[in-house]
Amino acid sequence: MSDSPVITQGAMEAAHHEHPPYQRHHFETIGQQNDATNFAMWLFLLTEIMFFGGLFTAYLILRNWYYPAFVAASHQLNIVWGSANTAVLITSSFTMAMGVWCAETRRKSGLVLCLVLTFLLGLVFLGIKSIEYSEKIEKHHVPGFHYSIQSFVDPASDPVAAAYGDKPLALDMARKTELYFFLYFAMTGMHALHMIIGIAILGFMIFRARAGAYTMGHVTFVENFGLYWHFVDIVWIFLFPLLYLISRHQ
Amino acid sequence: MSEQHEQEHEHHIVSPKIYVTIFFALLVLTTATVAASFVEMGVFNPIVALAIAVVKAVLVVLFFMHVKYSTKLTKLTVGAGIFTFLVLISLTLADYFTRAWGRW
Repeated sequence: MSDSPVITQGAMEAAHHEHPPYQRHHFETIGQQNDATNFAMWLFLLTEIMFFGGLFTAYLILRNWYYPAFVAASHQLNIVWGSANTAVLITSSFTMAMGVWCAETRRKSGLVLCLVLTFLLGLVFLGIKSIEYSEKIEKHHVPGFHYSIQSFVDPASDPVAAAYGDKPLALDMARKTELYFFLYFAMTGMHALHMIIGIAILGFMIFRARAGAYTMGHVTFVENFGLYWHFVDIVWIFLFPLLYLISRHQ
Repeated sequence: MSEQHEQEHEHHIVSPKIYVTIFFALLVLTTATVAASFVEMGVFNPIVALAIAVVKAVLVVLFFMHVKYSTKLTKLTVGAGIFTFLVLISLTLADYFTRAWGRW
């Protein structure tokens, strides 16, 4: 027992190793700190996968149950806007990945440029999304908000449904299109919320990057934000075919 | 032990060449999935669309998110997470899709 203070002191002396200012004191090496942070970020992303997974599962079950309603309702989405947004988001993921590379190789102006491009592409995505949302509002395709089943019980009255040659749905099935739009808004809305949070963090990072914060060897923040941004991209990679594409030709 | 330790923590920088390649692969796959949606394939339409989406997601995870170059801990975390997710989603779907089996 009486030995323990000595041991403690010895251990503390050993713990007082030289380390860069951005290394937290409780980590042995900067590598250990990076691994721990990376691990934690992935655990967070896994909770996010489970969260979006619930919405995807609900979508697949309801699509299976109310198939004709989901097919007719998905024809209302604009495939051109959807594809454009996919391209925009993939490009933003690419600029973000290049941003991580710039931070790792200490290219300050390159990093700022990449972050600004990612920021702008994020805004373009939200802009296109808002065009799509306003189309839905105009056609009363927002669930619970003077929802109209006109386009589905009488497709001839709706230019989009008529162009697809949709067959009129029975009243009870036509009502289920509201479920499709509920999930459409829930899924793309949660995705858009993640985009908004990401864009806000990007704005903060642009200021920090201009001050040189990420180009002096400590790239953890940029790297982990990159993981978040790519995750949001992956969610869209699945949303796009499921919502826009799979009922296109039926 | 220490040497092995150091090696494992070595920070791998993914080159822009790989990022550009993956970027174009993702754009090509996006075009492919849009084109495939205009082809009538019956039950295979969703299967093809999801298969392409899975390929795209794997490319993003491995290269943009550096998992290919990460530590074993990260690889195990990602693998275990996706496996759990697949168990949850497939068992739930198996339940719901078979509840009314034979009653339609």
